[in-house]
Amino acid sequence: MASVSLKNVRKNYGAADIIKGVDIDIADGEFCVFVGPSGCGKSTLLRMIAGLEDISGGTLSIGDRVVNDLPPKDRSIAMVFQSYAIFPHMTVRENLAFGLTIANAPKVEKDAKVAEAARILQMEHLLERRPSQLSGGQRQRVAIGRAIVRKPGVFLFDEPLSNLDAALRVDMRMELAKLHNDLGATMVYVTHDQVEAMTLADKIVVLNAGIVQQVGSPLELYHCPVNKFVAGFIGSPKMNFFDLMVESGDDAGLRISGPALQEFSLPLTGAAERLVGKKLTMGVRPHDLYLSGDGPLKGTVILVEHLGNETLVSLSLTNGQAVIVALDGDTECRVGQTLKVGFPANKVHLFEENGNRVAV
Amino acid sequence: MASKFTRSNSTGWLMAGPAAVLMGLFIVLPFLFAIGLSFTNQRLISPNPTQFVGLSNYSQLLGVGLLTLEPERNEAGDVVRAEDGAVSYPALRGYTRNNPDYPQLDGMREWFSFSLGESRTYVLARDVVFAKAVVNTIIFVLVVAPVQGGLALVLALLINQKLRGINVFRAIYFMPVVVSIVVVSLLWRFIYDGQSGLLNNLLSALTFGAFPRIDWLGNPSTALGAIIAMSIWQAVGFHMVIWLSGLQTISPSLYEAAAIEGASKWQTFRYVTWPGLRNTAVLVLIVITMQAFALFAQIDVMTSGGPLDSTQTIVFQAVERGYGKQDISGGSTISVILFVFVLAISLLQRWLTREKK
Repeated sequence: MASVSLKNVRKNYGAADIIKGVDIDIADGEFCVFVGPSGCGKSTLLRMIAGLEDISGGTLSIGDRVVNDLPPKDRSIAMVFQSYAIFPHMTVRENLAFGLTIANAPKVEKDAKVAEAARILQMEHLLERRPSQLSGGQRQRVAIGRAIVRKPGVFLFDEPLSNLDAALRVDMRMELAKLHNDLGATMVYVTHDQVEAMTLADKIVVLNAGIVQQVGSPLELYHCPVNKFVAGFIGSPKMNFFDLMVESGDDAGLRISGPALQEFSLPLTGAAERLVGKKLTMGVRPHDLYLSGDGPLKGTVILVEHLGNETLVSLSLTNGQAVIVALDGDTECRVGQTLKVGFPANKVHLFEENGNRVAV
Repeated sequence: MASKFTRSNSTGWLMAGPAAVLMGLFIVLPFLFAIGLSFTNQRLISPNPTQFVGLSNYSQLLGVGLLTLEPERNEAGDVVRAEDGAVSYPALRGYTRNNPDYPQLDGMREWFSFSLGESRTYVLARDVVFAKAVVNTIIFVLVVAPVQGGLALVLALLINQKLRGINVFRAIYFMPVVVSIVVVSLLWRFIYDGQSGLLNNLLSALTFGAFPRIDWLGNPSTALGAIIAMSIWQAVGFHMVIWLSGLQTISPSLYEAAAIEGASKWQTFRYVTWPGLRNTAVLVLIVITMQAFALFAQIDVMTSGGPLDSTQTIVFQAVERGYGKQDISGGSTISVILFVFVLAISLLQRWLTREKK
């Protein structure tokens, strides 16, 4: 068991800054997920923790040791790769025991540790097989098993489920959550899939362009994104954004207008004066929108997707902007129909022009 | 949907056509000819009609015999010795020339001999030059295959790194492959020169003149070694590139996984790199073996099989006989023997290096 702490950690390749000063504290036993779009530096950050990439600046501590200059094997970590990285010419047993084999561990110890890992992952029957005889999910299990055998302080996962098909991904996700519960180990997990992030994490770190955007629990991020990037990244379907203008404001609230919506008032107090005359971006999640005869949004249906439990309707607003509305599964709706949509005032997220959340 | 190319057989044949015709004309057909000719007494140019001679070409080439002789004894039964103490034996030709008691040895000559106790055993060959050629070729293959393959692997490992200017090294190591073997052989003849050759000068400079000058190609004990060294140097770059391609198919994440498990450099090679190169190794080994069996150009340019037949090789003999002596059936027979030989060894190598389930 170990905590992980990054202080002003940087990475640059020549003049190209990849990680631009990251501070993250991961508590002992926590499941922390790094999430962000491709190229945001999340994998690089994980590989820096693993010791597979040099750290250009800052300090990285695992447990209470600074490990900047330690080789991977001395960092008390184990890593599970997206490509599984299991050795193709070895049986499952040999793969699991690999670390012990090269450390010349006695056979008794090897057998015991392999048996334990196999039991945890319920793959005793696979031990004598070769990777080519395993399915994708089983290979991933072997990779996780190899990590378990190391008994590391920190488990590192680099997009471990990306190569699996959708159904298997859901299964493995639940198994990982269970594994975390059973082992109680610190886990750092990189994914670009926000569903994985939301379902698995105690703590999510949203990264973009080498900078930490927000750190928080899944629901904090969902309900209270600190900027437009996080708001747009977390939640599916994506949050709808509208440009708008604050016309006037008083103690009762703000009068708001925008190119895509009818003028309406928002009962937002306290910040009224500061915001009058400002251009803002309003974000509303598709699931917070509902059909309403006097709603401020009016548009033509351009696409209807019936998912059974819900119906996703894409609207084209009067100015051509597209909006996604998540409605009841039974909603009857036709392409070309005109709908009016509203939203509860307390579900509105306001962002300033620089993208930061409006503090109220 | 299958494209037109994969569905249409005629298009495929049309595309393979030119290459197939050329290969058929210049490889398959001559090869079938060679098999046919090896059973005749065909000469390159001859007024006499060709006759079928069965397997006599083969028995002529491959015929070997053993003869153990007791020392000559005087009337008292003592071994007759020459003045320097050497035991004297009856003359061989008494047995191999028109001796009705030893018809199977008729026409054979001494290949080599050894003593067991007082008696002396002679290994006889009907065609001693060919026998030497076979032995030389096998020595060449046995040395070149592992050394060239191993050296190529070492070079490949060295240049399989992300270093500035690594392509320069790749180019340098590959350069001898691009140069014609005939040119390379000519250059190395100068290097090996007995008087002012580069190698002699270098060795003498390094040892302050203590190293005696050697006529590398003119000395029966060094000639084959010199040709082996030069041949290894010439083609090592080619096999380096094959190894390199094999190395680059190994997923980098396997190396990372090994690093996380704490594998040393040697352990990484032993458990990750080498197993990942299994198929490449089989390919390299078979290709080197086949190329080594075909050793010809170096011999032709550098030594012509000499000195004292110490660098005779199978292919050189095939060419020498077929065209030099105009004995085209003899040359064909050598080619067929070589083919069977190489095929057998390749199959054996494949079997030895198969993946064990």
